[in-house]
Amino acid sequence: MNNRRSLILREVSNVVIPSVLLYALYVQFHGEYGPGGGFQAGVIFAAGVILYALVYGRKKTQKIFPTSVIRYFVSIGLLLYAGVGVASMFMGGNFLDYNVLSHDPQHGQHLGILLIELGVGITVAAVMIMIFYMLDEYAEKK
Amino acid sequence: MDIQTIVDISLLTLLAVTALILLRLNNLLAAVLLSGIYSLLTAGLFVSLDAVDVAFTEAAVGAGLTTVLLLGAVAITGREQSVTRHSRILPIAVTTVTAAALIYGTLDMPKFGDPMAPIHTHVAPRYIEMSGEEIGIPNIVTSVLASYRGYDTLGEVTVVFTAAIGVMLLLGGVIKRKSKPKKHE
Repeated sequence: MNNRRSLILREVSNVVIPSVLLYALYVQFHGEYGPGGGFQAGVIFAAGVILYALVYGRKKTQKIFPTSVIRYFVSIGLLLYAGVGVASMFMGGNFLDYNVLSHDPQHGQHLGILLIELGVGITVAAVMIMIFYMLDEYAEKK
Repeated sequence: MDIQTIVDISLLTLLAVTALILLRLNNLLAAVLLSGIYSLLTAGLFVSLDAVDVAFTEAAVGAGLTTVLLLGAVAITGREQSVTRHSRILPIAVTTVTAAALIYGTLDMPKFGDPMAPIHTHVAPRYIEMSGEEIGIPNIVTSVLASYRGYDTLGEVTVVFTAAIGVMLLLGGVIKRKSKPKKHE
């Protein structure tokens, strides 16, 4: 993709992209209080990155979010999620039983939900960015 | 008519119109964009049903990301749908039979919004009453998704993960093979 897009497109996306990424973080960490959660946050974050890639080109985006790093994050999120489950087993509960993660069951639940939502967000965002990279690379080679 | 009914009717009408136009389209680029609009209208309906979490997902995934990814796919495969040459009777028959079976299946379902429906009498009351004490967060949807149904969500994340692996194998593999010294075919 060429990165000589129109001035209006670039200026508008310069304003939009930071707010999209910030909003993704808000949705991620505010999911316990309002609508949203890890899945939506991951998708919104990926949408911000993909918008950047559409305006400035994939190569420039890959300097910030390199494919090799994104590839690891695809599994890091899932491992974090499953890891919380394994950790709760080691601490004496069932798999994914967050009650045992802290001395107060409610705190344990909060911690568990925060961590697994983070895992969901990381995997979803990484997967979406990865699929976009793959499609774009394939279209370019073709 | 109250405002909710008017909103519902206009959203459903627009949904039907979008679906009908989608059927008639041969231009894949326009079809992708229209399916994005379809998703956005569905998201509106979910908001009207007070399912904001689902609406959020539908708007972000269906109307946003899927559209971009499908546009990427269209860029690879071409903008026009290839002309089908086989008879249309079989597809129409299959669709009609399936639709009839689905509609027949809805006949003995509980009425929309019925408080005595099985879904409202099974575990839902317990979640509503107890999640405040047990989990302690205001959004019950998050409590159910992340804690009560943690296994299911783990499965969903695994599905998303598998999708990425599939795409990487399918598209990434081809790129590597092409860049090797020509040995194939």
